[in-house]
Amino acid sequence: MRRFLAGLVLLAWMAACADAAEVKIVYLREMESKARLSLVDIPANDDGLAGAQLAIDDNNTTGKFLDQQFSLVEVRASPQDDPATAALVEGDAALVIADVPPDRLLKAADAGRTRNTLFFNVGAIDDRLREEDCRGNVIHVAPSRSMLADGVAQYLVWKQWRKWFLIVGSHAEDRLYGDELRRSAKRFGARIVQEKVFEDTGGARRTDSGIAQIQRQLPVFTQGVPAYDVLVAADESEVFAGYLPYRTWDPRPVAGSAGLVPTSWDAAFDQWGAVQMQNRFMKAFGRRMTARDMQAWSAVRMIGEAAARTRSFDPGTMLDFLKGPDFALAAFKGQRLTLRDWNLQLRQPILLTDGRMVVSVSPQEGFLHQVSELDTLGVDRPETRCRLK
Amino acid sequence: MQIIATLLGTALLVLAHAQASAFTAFVSNEKSNTISVIDTEKLAVVKTIKVGQRPRGIELTKDGKFILVAVGDDDTIQMIETATYEIVATLPSGPDPELFTQDPTGRLLYVANENDNTVTVIDLSSRARIGEVQVGVEPEGMAISPDGKILVNTSETTNMAHFIDTETRRIVANVLVDARPRFAEFKRDGSELWVSSEIGGTVSVIDPTKHEVTAKIAFEIPGLRKEAIQAVGISIVGDGKTAFVALGPANRVAVVNGATHAVQKYLLVGQRVWHMAFTPDEKYLLTTNGISNDVSVIDVSSLKVIKSVQVGELPWGVAISRK
Repeated sequence: MRRFLAGLVLLAWMAACADAAEVKIVYLREMESKARLSLVDIPANDDGLAGAQLAIDDNNTTGKFLDQQFSLVEVRASPQDDPATAALVEGDAALVIADVPPDRLLKAADAGRTRNTLFFNVGAIDDRLREEDCRGNVIHVAPSRSMLADGVAQYLVWKQWRKWFLIVGSHAEDRLYGDELRRSAKRFGARIVQEKVFEDTGGARRTDSGIAQIQRQLPVFTQGVPAYDVLVAADESEVFAGYLPYRTWDPRPVAGSAGLVPTSWDAAFDQWGAVQMQNRFMKAFGRRMTARDMQAWSAVRMIGEAAARTRSFDPGTMLDFLKGPDFALAAFKGQRLTLRDWNLQLRQPILLTDGRMVVSVSPQEGFLHQVSELDTLGVDRPETRCRLK
Repeated sequence: MQIIATLLGTALLVLAHAQASAFTAFVSNEKSNTISVIDTEKLAVVKTIKVGQRPRGIELTKDGKFILVAVGDDDTIQMIETATYEIVATLPSGPDPELFTQDPTGRLLYVANENDNTVTVIDLSSRARIGEVQVGVEPEGMAISPDGKILVNTSETTNMAHFIDTETRRIVANVLVDARPRFAEFKRDGSELWVSSEIGGTVSVIDPTKHEVTAKIAFEIPGLRKEAIQAVGISIVGDGKTAFVALGPANRVAVVNGATHAVQKYLLVGQRVWHMAFTPDEKYLLTTNGISNDVSVIDVSSLKVIKSVQVGELPWGVAISRK
């Protein structure tokens, strides 16, 4: 009898091991508009997905020493699909990397809640997903819009460029970015001396003789503004910001959506071992690594870390580990990245790039915090409206 | 004549003294592409050697005849003759070498290649590549057991210490440590292996026979956020009683009791302290401080920082010869 029981236990254990040996991660994506002002900014077809794939390879290198295997399944959604169904295509998917707009993410997350599915948001920067619309099963790997705004604002203030001329685009996302830049200015002691809206009147981003007109329009648009140090542009829709540098009426630097741009990653970034990452990515995919690639890489590496440390693929166990004090992600940012346990946002430094070089990395020197200097970026615990459910 | 005799006598005295305790330290300057040569008695830079691009890992061959320096951006390890300070050879290290270690006989060199997840084995006499071992993602720290039987490699993204049998060149065990393991060091009696984790900010003490983490050393410095405390270089004195851990951007070296693993003291050094080396008599410990471009000299018996020596830009590694 005892031998029989022991055998039964052994069988159960083997079954558990077999279950634990492989995990499938869904990469849920909705293709966004590829309209960009600059040709070099047009994203590749596998933007984001490639980063996730590289992290799968990294996880599997570790996994081969721990008998853990990871695989990636791409699920494409189109705006016409029922947002909830797309996430559920893979019936048994417990871990989803989500690169989708906010509303689809929320619907998928709510549909996945009953099934204990854990989502990693790698695309949407909207603060509402971390605030009033936060969810207990959605981890935000992408920095929030407020973190990006604070990242660039800290540098401008450190540079003593405190008088800003703010130009905001006419689309919803542009206005949200404008709101965050205004909040950042107030938070860090900058002053907006004038604000203008740049109306999107339609029209192509690519024309054969566009430059001649732009060169005449932009100086006029930026004329007659009170004395300012820096022009800050909020143009997530890629309508005008890229045209601002070198074309302003007054000779002033540009920041925000063009000029000095806050981001989670840049192809020129080479500090803290990042060259290894850039080389590995280039070797594998024949192109340079973008911020979305890095966010997806980080998400899949978070899964790998949680799996290696907890020896489990259970989303609940993983979430507990990722929220806890023992989790530290090494992501070539010179310090450990951890989760804000109040809204599941990944703490991270923000790079400031001019498109050729990384100019600086925020938080800037002198911006202090009682818990983590990284919490000087974005909405902090005392201000949060998130109540995790 | 009397004067000449006195002068000669003084000169001889100086010479005798110099022979008794002067060693030569070699500091790799990652940004300057140079090695600063420091006289450890004068505690001053006496020469600067131009080397290849991005010099980091640096060691002396066991016979003391050559300085080996990994010049990552040139994808090689340069051999510099200590007698002439001339670069006399390059080794087939594989791409982007950073850290390496020699076997106790000084015949074989093991190199971590971060770009292709391998450890390359080089025969130092023939200067030829004779093998490689596949390890985790971004291999970095390298250490060899005092008996030469076990090679340890740490991989930064896999977060493991890989134990490799030097005879078969196969991995015999993998031990998970905290995030981004950078450096590995055996106690000289082989009883413990210490592995530092840069991002984790800890040192894991591993039993090399059981392949288990037996203790974890954490560091707490009042007024510093957790993110600023990053463990990198480790130096353990010969008797194993005291260890030093460089804490990177915390700008401090922790003094750790080798037996109890308790942190005894933090010594303030230069900015972003990275790697360290003892003088052969273990009187001094030299630390490389990347951001402040200097080397701090720690007096090992009094546990005090006694001097800082300005070197090139972004000093990274340090090795000290008997001469």
